[in-house]
This record gives sequence, structure tokens and C-alpha cells, in this order.
Amino acid sequence: MISATQTLQGETRDAIVVGGGLVGAAIAYGLQRQGLSTLMLDEGDIAHRASRGNFGLIWVQSKGLGAPHYQHWTHGSAQAWPGLAEDLSEATGIGVGLHQPGGLHFCFSDAEMAQRDALMGQLRREAGNAGYEYRMLSVAELRDMVPGLGPKVVGASWTPYDGHASPLHLLRALHAAFQRAGGHYRPNARVEAVTAAPHDFSVSLGTAIVRAPRLVLASGLGNADLAPLVGLAAPLRPERGQILVTERTREVLALPTHVVRQTDEGSLLLGDSKEDMGFDTLSQTPAIMRAIAQRAVQTFPWIAELNIVRAWAALRVMSPDGKPIYDESERCPGAFLANCHSGVTLAGAHAHLLAPMIAAGALAPEMSPFSARRFDVQKAA
Amino acid sequence: MFRRRPEARPAPRDRLVDVYVAGAVVRVPEGASAAAAVLLSGAPAIRTTPVSGAPRLPYCMIGICFDCLAEIDGVANRQACLVPVAPGMRIEPQQGPRAARPHHNAPEAA
Repeated sequence: MISATQTLQGETRDAIVVGGGLVGAAIAYGLQRQGLSTLMLDEGDIAHRASRGNFGLIWVQSKGLGAPHYQHWTHGSAQAWPGLAEDLSEATGIGVGLHQPGGLHFCFSDAEMAQRDALMGQLRREAGNAGYEYRMLSVAELRDMVPGLGPKVVGASWTPYDGHASPLHLLRALHAAFQRAGGHYRPNARVEAVTAAPHDFSVSLGTAIVRAPRLVLASGLGNADLAPLVGLAAPLRPERGQILVTERTREVLALPTHVVRQTDEGSLLLGDSKEDMGFDTLSQTPAIMRAIAQRAVQTFPWIAELNIVRAWAALRVMSPDGKPIYDESERCPGAFLANCHSGVTLAGAHAHLLAPMIAAGALAPEMSPFSARRFDVQKAA
Repeated sequence: MFRRRPEARPAPRDRLVDVYVAGAVVRVPEGASAAAAVLLSGAPAIRTTPVSGAPRLPYCMIGICFDCLAEIDGVANRQACLVPVAPGMRIEPQQGPRAARPHHNAPEAA
């Protein structure tokens, strides 16, 4: 019998995905579905774990202004989501709590409404043939959609593409489906070193070395250090977001909004804060928590009488322009990189669109605007 | 099943208050918790869980387990073990998740 250690040292796969969060797991699941024997490496709980802190929106509206490729990508992911959820449920029996009734972004003044309308109109123009349906809704129309609006709400924008799902159930379902399809998952596997040659990558995990002709870096903020090892760049910064969770209530909100959503289990999640706190997810900032609560209550005053039972902070994976980075290495063909702050929204695209490109060996030409080369000043000049 | 420990509170200071547990009058010592009143009442359950609907009674009595959730004087989802009784207090079962009350006059935001 071959010992585990010998097996590990000789382990060769068709693809290695570094990162076991929503991005890595969606890609690894997609690669395995393409018939590639795939190894997913997960650093462990010392990693920053953005996927565990995700709010759970599938959010299309307001994404990709002035960047039609990003709007198209996000829209495509929202369209891929029902198929993804169904596949995952069939394969694993895990429901991810997907609902796509469209989503609401509230405005609190006529000026905000006009500004929002202008933004949505520009998105529609930039969508071209792909189409971009949206409506600006008055308070009278909103009253039929959501209960108990605050007196300061003037209206909202709505697109039919938005929705929400449980990030934790999604993460679990992706892992389970990946492994059931024959994928190999290795937890507590921190990448110590990478040796790169064209279509030949060796990854040292300290006690073991694994090899594959394809290497996908999907380790969130960890990509910043890994990317240069294969001739890529990942200029990323952590942007902290906090979330407050109320006690469970009976179903009250049928639609997700950009600041409040109700989970299948009944909790209301309140969020959408942005802070520059470096890598700190532990220090509390009461002013931010207060602002989150106040904005939720301004929108829905009845939230004020609900108890807050949990709160947490997590780090968004932000590029300099806030858009995702997808790249392939020129120096080391076979090496790919994926970074975004929308692990739930883009899960459909990662599993169903990006993974087939990586399996085929090259990103499609329409992905080129996502390359980190856009941050290269000399090339941009 | 549950009864008061006679030695716990000396007789002269043993002032009693009447509260209602699911509508039934229960006489408990002043300073006792609403959860103690629930246990003394003999009620079979004070809450059902939001997910499976399983019946629950107070368990830890120290604010940890949340199995004593009750609607106390009209306020949903209170931990009864952390609420001292008051004369005339109404302790009603918490059936599954509480209702949010969008059409109730909620307090204004601070």
C-alpha cells in the first residue's frame, strides 16, 4: 500500500486552485465539471475568509458604470445563477436559498432620485444589445412591494436581475459538489512556494509538493503575494465592511435591498459599510455600527424594535478601481488569477463561464479589460 | 415538577407577586425571574423553535441558551431568565419566530 505521504509528494492534477472561498470553490467546481482532475487548496482559518462575511446579495444594478464588460459579466452571472443553484441542489441536496425577485436601491431626496435615474439610464445605454431593464419606483408603487417604509424614503430603483442567496450554504454546496464530482480538497494547505514553468507548476505546501499544468490563484487578498510568483500582479487592498444581524422574524421582506435583506431563516441582515482599517477585523467602530442601524431604520422604521443578535466585520477584496481582476500569465502560460469583492454575485459566472475558459487554456478576448495591466501606468499612458 | 426551595428566602421577607403565564396566575417570590415563573406554572413549553417548531422550556437560567424566549408584556423574544417578575406581568409563549411589525407605530430612530 502506498502511504499518504508518498501519494502527496507524487500528486499531479490537471489543475490546482489556490483558494477555498467562494471564488476558488466556484472555479474549482467548474473545472472539475469540465472533466479536469482538480485540487483545491485552502489555507485555513488564519486566512481572511471574506466568503464567511459576505452579505449575500446577487447584485447587478449600479455595477459597471462606464465599464460595459463588467456590467455584462455581472448580468451574465445573475443569469447563470438559477442553473448553478439547481445543479448544486441536485448534486448535493443543499439549497442555497436563491431568490431573484429583483432588488431595490432606495433614494431619500428628489435629487437622489434624479441622480439614480441618470446612472441607471447610462447603464442601459452602455448595455447595448444585452439590454438593461430598470424602473424608478415611487413610494406609492413601493408600498405594494415592501412593508412599512420610512417617511424619508422618496423612491427606489429596481432591476429584475438582482437577488440574494445564503453565502454560507453556497460555499458548503460548492465544496460538496466539487468533491462529489471527484475533486480533491486540501484544507490547512498554505502555499509556501511556487515553481513555475510554462504549463508546469509545482506548489510547495511545506510537507508536500503538488503539480499541475494549470494554476489558478483565487486566494482573495492572498493573491497579492502569490501573483508575482507566476508573472502576474494583484494590486489589492482590504476594505472592511460590517454587518448587523437581527433576531429571526416571520417573513416580512420579499425583496432584497442594497442595505437590508431577510434570510430564508428569518434574520434581517443590515450592512453596506465601508472602512479602511487595514487587515483589522476585530476592532469595533460603534459609529459605523450606529450608522448601519440608522440607515436601516430610516428605510424601515419597524426594524428599530428588533434585537441585534450578532455583528461581524470582514474584508472586501478591492482592486484600485473596485472592479474584478481576471488575468492569465504571459510569462507562465497556464497560470490564471481571479479576484473580486462579489463572490456571491459572480459565482454563476465563475463556475459556468470562467472555469470553461481556464479549462480550454485561455481567457476569452472579451475578458481582456479585466486584466491587471489596466493599472500599469506606462501602458495606460 | 418544579417547586420553590423553602430555605431560599426567609419567611419575613418572602413577599410574593402574582404573574400570568399563558394566562394562568402563578405566585412567585419577588425578585424571581420570569423563567422561574414559567417553570413553577407547569406549562409544557414556553416557546417553539423557529426552524423545526420543537417545544422548549427554560434550561440554563443564566442567559446563555435562549430556550426561555417568551413574549413578556407584549415584547417578543425576551429571555425570560433575565427578566425579574413584576406584579401582573404577562408571560406568553413565543411561537416560532417573532413577527416584525411594519404596520405598528415603531419608535423613531434616534
